[in-house]
Amino acid sequence: MGKFILRRLLLLIPILLGLTVLIFLFIRLLPGDPASAILGERGTPEAIERVRNALGLDRPLIDQYLEYVGGLLRFDLGTSFLTNRDVTADFLQRFPATIELTAAAMIFALGLGIPLGMITAKRRGSWFDTAGTLVSLVGISIPIFFLGLMLKWLFAIQFPILPDSGRIDLIDYGFPRVTNFMTVDALLAGELGGFMDALRHLILPGIALGTIPLAIIMRITRASVIDVMNEDYVRTANAKGLSSSVVDGRHVLRNALLPVVTVIGLQLGLLLGGAILTETIFGWGGVGKWIYDAVVNNDYQVIQSGVLVLALIFVLVNLAVDVSYAFLNPRIRYS
Amino acid sequence: MTAPAATIASRTEDRAVGLWTDAFHRMRRSPSAIVGSVIVGFFLFVAIFAPFLAPFDPARGVLADSYLPPFTGEHLFGTNIQGQDVLSRIVFGARLTLGIAVLSVVIGVTVGSFLGALAGFFRGWVDAVIMRGVDIMLSIPGLLFAIAVVTWLGRGVVQIAVAIAILNVPIFARLLRASLLSLREADYVVAARSVGVRGPTLLLRHMLPNAIGPLIVQATLALATAVVDAAALGFLGLGPPDPATPEWGMMLSDTYRYLNDAIWLAFFPGVAIVVSVFGFNLLGDGMREALDPRLRR
Repeated sequence: MGKFILRRLLLLIPILLGLTVLIFLFIRLLPGDPASAILGERGTPEAIERVRNALGLDRPLIDQYLEYVGGLLRFDLGTSFLTNRDVTADFLQRFPATIELTAAAMIFALGLGIPLGMITAKRRGSWFDTAGTLVSLVGISIPIFFLGLMLKWLFAIQFPILPDSGRIDLIDYGFPRVTNFMTVDALLAGELGGFMDALRHLILPGIALGTIPLAIIMRITRASVIDVMNEDYVRTANAKGLSSSVVDGRHVLRNALLPVVTVIGLQLGLLLGGAILTETIFGWGGVGKWIYDAVVNNDYQVIQSGVLVLALIFVLVNLAVDVSYAFLNPRIRYS
Repeated sequence: MTAPAATIASRTEDRAVGLWTDAFHRMRRSPSAIVGSVIVGFFLFVAIFAPFLAPFDPARGVLADSYLPPFTGEHLFGTNIQGQDVLSRIVFGARLTLGIAVLSVVIGVTVGSFLGALAGFFRGWVDAVIMRGVDIMLSIPGLLFAIAVVTWLGRGVVQIAVAIAILNVPIFARLLRASLLSLREADYVVAARSVGVRGPTLLLRHMLPNAIGPLIVQATLALATAVVDAAALGFLGLGPPDPATPEWGMMLSDTYRYLNDAIWLAFFPGVAIVVSVFGFNLLGDGMREALDPRLRR
């Protein structure tokens, strides 16, 4: 087991190195030049040259690359060309917002998806199953931005029962931001009202981002439960006279959840991409919108660090999924 | 040595024909495949015959007629801020959104299958290099990748299709490689190899025809994601800048500031996206059931 994890971690090194080269070269192919982007209309050729020099953009590519990788190894993500802010600090400030949003989406998706998948599998062929399968297929087909806009229109504009954007009511709740997880900070400050307000802000973006994973998790759970229900050990458990809740809980669901774990890992990567759209619609100050703005504005330092950190998180999550898979399923032992 | 190879080849073809005929019969009995085909067919029809179907010129705006609500006058889906007919714009938008989706999947399947075939057939260092490249590509959030490619290449139709195709390449490379690896050990491939069939003939005549089913299913499902991706890029302001043929996602982003007063501007293009994506997903699901021999009763 330890050997397996070590080998997978070592395998990450070439992937990450490849990623740094790819990202580094790629963003230098982007049209436009950060120096002229910073200077805007005022950019005379001499001024642009001075800024390029100050930013180190006139140095050989290999020097710039080594500095980039060296910085990464020291956990120094550099300084944004555009805002002159520390990229590490900006990232740490925004990332909790994206985690909070992703967690809300995942709780929504798992909390509804697994029970619904279980019920539709148990009542296979009933009208409930047909309806559920159809609805889940519609759920997969709804783009995040369309669902987000419709939720916003319905629950924030037409029937204003939920906030339409932001993470918290800034006027009422100015408690100190310690962790930048709004819910945690509210609790730390003893602001129960602030905590509830932060939760209310999470509902619409969480549903918008969580609907596609919900539909996928429901479909996988259903298929997996149907598979497991045909297994010999389930028949044995039933024949022993165990109550159906014990059979479902201890024998069926535990085994059926294995494929679901894999899907959760894959979905997390999609959620990070979906966060760009959700954060745009709901004015959510997370990393998705931040990196999107950086790409559009040619902010090299933010793109090359931000994308790499996101990719690193994604591969680590998938490694964690593979490892947990081995723990959950005694039949799989990596050597 | 050629005679036995030819016999085996022709027998493989007999079986391939059998699979397709069988699959077709099964698809005709699958409700999801039928409904999916009808929806997909409808949208393809609309896209092809857009000039004959659209009631108005999608680019012509009558300012006096701006913000007409739907279902009231001659504008079935209402009009936008410039007084352009929303229905006509959706009809013409079908060309752009579906065109980008089809083009991107064609590129993605071609390049991805080629790489997957190289990796799965030659193994060794070719396999290692290609699959590590695939791992790298899969570790970047897809939409972010597409945004970067469009920013780099520009906002033309082909460029956007290429950006979305790049997201599909790793998926198809992995899929075909996995199929080929499992087929290497199949009895008829071992048999063909033992009578001296080698190289491209082995790959093209014996292995690929048997790996193509899952590829077609995945391509259909990829069309669904490609429509969403194309629309997402449009929504983020990275769609083709042609005012006459509006991309569906761009129609949504144009209007989401006027959500309070003119919900139809976002609603109808959104429904067009959902229904067409639903159609591709339904068709893909139906085809998977029809083509997967393991599900055969």
